[in-house]
Amino acid sequence: MSIETLQAPVVNIPVRHKRSRARSVGLHAALVLASLIAVFPVFWVLVTSFKPDGRAVAPTIRLFDESSLANYGDVLSGQQGDFLAWVANSVEIALLTTVIAVFLSATTGYAVSRFRFPGSRKLLLSFLVVQMFPFAVLIVPLFNVLLTLGLQGTSIGLVLVYCTTSVPFCTYMLKGYFDTIPADIDESGRVDGLSPFGVFWRLVLPLARPGLAVTAFYAFLTAWGEVAFASAFLSASDESKTLAVGLQVFVQQNRVEWGHLAAASILVAIPAVAVFYLVQRFLVAGLAAGAVKG
Amino acid sequence: MAEVAYVSASRVFAGNPPVRAVDQLELDVADGEFLVLVGPSGSGKSTALRMLAGLEDVDEGAIKIGGKDVTNVPPKGRDIAMVFQSYALYPHMTVAENMGFALKLRGTPKQEIKDKVAEAAKMLDLTKYLDRKPKALSGGQRQRVAMGRAIVREPSVFLMDEPLSNLDAKLRVETRANIAALQQRLGTTTIYVTHDQVEAMTMGDRVAVLKDGLLQQCASPRELYDRPANAFVAGFIGSPAMNLKTVPLSAEGAQLDGLTVPLTRAALDKASSEGLKEVTFGVRPETLRLASGDEPGMELTVELVEELGADAYVYGSVRIGGQPERFIVRVDGRTPPAFGQNVKVAVRDTSEVHLFHPESGARLEV
Repeated sequence: MSIETLQAPVVNIPVRHKRSRARSVGLHAALVLASLIAVFPVFWVLVTSFKPDGRAVAPTIRLFDESSLANYGDVLSGQQGDFLAWVANSVEIALLTTVIAVFLSATTGYAVSRFRFPGSRKLLLSFLVVQMFPFAVLIVPLFNVLLTLGLQGTSIGLVLVYCTTSVPFCTYMLKGYFDTIPADIDESGRVDGLSPFGVFWRLVLPLARPGLAVTAFYAFLTAWGEVAFASAFLSASDESKTLAVGLQVFVQQNRVEWGHLAAASILVAIPAVAVFYLVQRFLVAGLAAGAVKG
Repeated sequence: MAEVAYVSASRVFAGNPPVRAVDQLELDVADGEFLVLVGPSGSGKSTALRMLAGLEDVDEGAIKIGGKDVTNVPPKGRDIAMVFQSYALYPHMTVAENMGFALKLRGTPKQEIKDKVAEAAKMLDLTKYLDRKPKALSGGQRQRVAMGRAIVREPSVFLMDEPLSNLDAKLRVETRANIAALQQRLGTTTIYVTHDQVEAMTMGDRVAVLKDGLLQQCASPRELYDRPANAFVAGFIGSPAMNLKTVPLSAEGAQLDGLTVPLTRAALDKASSEGLKEVTFGVRPETLRLASGDEPGMELTVELVEELGADAYVYGSVRIGGQPERFIVRVDGRTPPAFGQNVKVAVRDTSEVHLFHPESGARLEV
């Protein structure tokens, strides 16, 4: 017997069932169509943002029609409202919400995931129930609460309001994520010499980074694009508006400044896209890992 | 290095009724000793170990390490290192960082940590893997990292919670020997939990057998095998298990089907003083043999033959008091009886027969 005969024969194992050409074309056509439908509105907003108002809804539709960067210039120069102040407000409110919500929900989620204390189940249940209220119903009671606290019209007040919706949801997500980290690791850390907070800070948080990224993204987005609470709880003065509220100046009673509105919308979307880009590599793993057990 | 003592230590889990996971455990472990805690699942062996680690509360009694009462000391103040069943390595740290983590927390100078990690890595054949993350290691390598993490700390006590149960059979035997050798070399007091009685017998200086939270017996492996304190220990230690049957007693000895096993005067006196008409009779498979010719023996119908090469184990039924009872007999591996055959079985050495109280299970001989 020669050496060769001892070697395993090379076999072409098909990786998966091969599709017929027609099926393949059909499938890809459907996917491309779906992608186009999803992307088109955003694309059209982008195209519109370069057109002057008069051309934005012209009877003859053209991709480029007297297009320029003028709309962006108008928006940023603050002709219709203090756009840069809105950006600053939105960034401040969204970032504060993100930081507070992630910190609170991480500590709460860890406690609910690891410790057995009286009322831990009830706490989780109450978080779930809170999610079920429609936002509109909450505006009046929250308004009263903020008035009593003397926070009505302040950005801190709005941050707290956003936290009331973000924290319960994020706690649920993070609790699910922490549940997937074996408790043996906590115990190993304690034997190695960490305090309970040390375990949380040096072992659990680094391991929960995907979960934290998802939570941060969620908290940021809720605060960034929200309109109803922001218009109710911030003072009416122009320079204290957030972006989402500020955009309304382009929609007037008798006419809509489509070009300016589109340009402003694109500017608003950029930070959200940037945040998404930063956390996206965690998102898929994070959503799956957090959601299954949440 | 230190001695360890459980002083009537109990762990009671709330419930109705409360569960006494570890019940009044009294155990002294000498400095440098390798003690194995063994028992079936739910026997409280892991709980006992976790109580020593400080990961589980001690509800009654006390625990001492090196003569110092540590009952209320948190894990980090106990100077112990633990190897977990799941290894519990830190996935976001490299092997070197995993091993040096405890030293880093203690504020040991960087160079010293590096030296100690390198030394331990050499001992465990991990030098090549120091920069890898745990997920890039095989099961055996992870196990060694977990060991290394414990060694690097030079603790006064090693705690090991079924550290081999996630390894395949061959690696387990190999690692078993390595751990025992390492422990001898380091001379560190070690408490080792396992459900595997072979591990218990081969590794421990002494073995403590637990059942339902109660300590059954703590003795050297030899003693445990030769003089089990009760029927539970007798059945638990040894593989295949000891034949344990309730048989009637007569003035001559234990009455098995077609065979009277003579018993010592002392044992018979003890039984009669307790008014026993029956007794739990224990005989290991290797104490039984096939009877030759017209020798008296019990009739055994062969139901299964396990051939292991050198030996074969014959499983068969014997009628005792009209009831079929299963017996296991070790025979020569080259000439085992066939399935369905009827053979006669005799006792090789009557001094190796064990007698237990039929109700309490306690050993009858003195």
